Amino acid sequence: MTAKKKLKVATTSLAGCFGCHMSFLDIDERLFTLLEHIEFDRSPLTDIKECSPDCDIGIIEGGLCNAENVHVLREFRKNCKILIAMGACAINGGLPAQRNHLQLTTILEEVYHTSPGLANGMIPNDPELPLPLNKVHPIHEVVKIDYFIPGCPPSGDAIWKVLTDLLAGKEPELGHGLMHYD
Amino acid sequence: MTQTFTLDGKTVPFEDGQTIMQAATKAGVFIPHLCYHPEFKPHGSCKLCTVKVNGRQTASCTMRAMPGMVVESDTEEINAERRALTQMLFVEGNHFCPSCEKSGNCQLQATAYHLGMMSPHFDHFFPNRAVDASHPEVLLDFNRCILCSLCVRASRDVDGKNVFALSGRGIKTHLIVNAKSGRLGDTDFTLADKAAQVCPVGVILVKRKGFSVPIGERTYDKAPIAATVEGR
Repeated sequence: MTAKKKLKVATTSLAGCFGCHMSFLDIDERLFTLLEHIEFDRSPLTDIKECSPDCDIGIIEGGLCNAENVHVLREFRKNCKILIAMGACAINGGLPAQRNHLQLTTILEEVYHTSPGLANGMIPNDPELPLPLNKVHPIHEVVKIDYFIPGCPPSGDAIWKVLTDLLAGKEPELGHGLMHYD
Repeated sequence: MTQTFTLDGKTVPFEDGQTIMQAATKAGVFIPHLCYHPEFKPHGSCKLCTVKVNGRQTASCTMRAMPGMVVESDTEEINAERRALTQMLFVEGNHFCPSCEKSGNCQLQATAYHLGMMSPHFDHFFPNRAVDASHPEVLLDFNRCILCSLCVRASRDVDGKNVFALSGRGIKTHLIVNAKSGRLGDTDFTLADKAAQVCPVGVILVKRKGFSVPIGERTYDKAPIAATVEGR
């Protein structure tokens, strides 16, 4: 009897704080059970830099605040059969999106020029730095998202529930106690 | 003889003059709602309580119960429409739950949980709305207003003060404060007012009370909103 092929799971954090990834690690020893069914592809956990073309599940933390975020998100959509938005920032922009009612130029001016204690400040313009977007966007505004795990961050239990539902071939469902926007 | 109608196949008794919402609530059946409050005249504006009566949609908070009515409420079709309405409310304002003191006690949030709202679906407006901290005891955060008009009704009908009003039309409708300056601090509004108690979301917040009840121990942490229907 041959062992069932493991599902390839890729994860990334875009405009997020890695809190959702920390929460993912909160599934604790269940990680071992999970690793019987999946292997990690591109992820901060493996440090692999690009998605394999045959990933089964992509998990995205964070929204889109710069051009590189959009590039990475499109790479994930292209290479993953199922794409999951994990956490408030991916789903509605979250904390970074709280800048959206301000002009980007006003923000950069304040942060690098006019804040107290800044002498000869300059707005970073190294060509290696990805350009910020005018507004922070939730990821479903740019690519199709198959499933959402709300929360800031979602609990380890909520992430576990969605992944185990998917592994069992079921539609993921978060009941009372697992569904949180905060 | 008691008069009855059917609600999702269940027989519900009612008294003359009762609305579908009132009869359902008394029978312990939850119909999602945001602008309805049992102590106030119904407003019929949020449309979350929409049901099908004999196949036609209507707001259950304003529709009188009639004998033999066939009412559908908890169906996939109606709940999908309620979910879409809720999503529109979320994208129209700035409902950033992680920083909101009302989180866990918020009817909008609890209703969205009840309806299984996993994402806002629509593009966010991210409107620019100022907060009003001019009052010594109460903070107004207009970012979260869903225009239910409960504060308007409470201030006008119970407090006799007319502190709040809805101004503008359509998408430009917004909550205003009845003072020349437009600021709550320049009105006779007090913490004892009924209007200070009725906000279903996090617009009218009592100052210096933040997180006195921790996240995780709040109203809808303990039980989902559908379980809070009275039923007598």
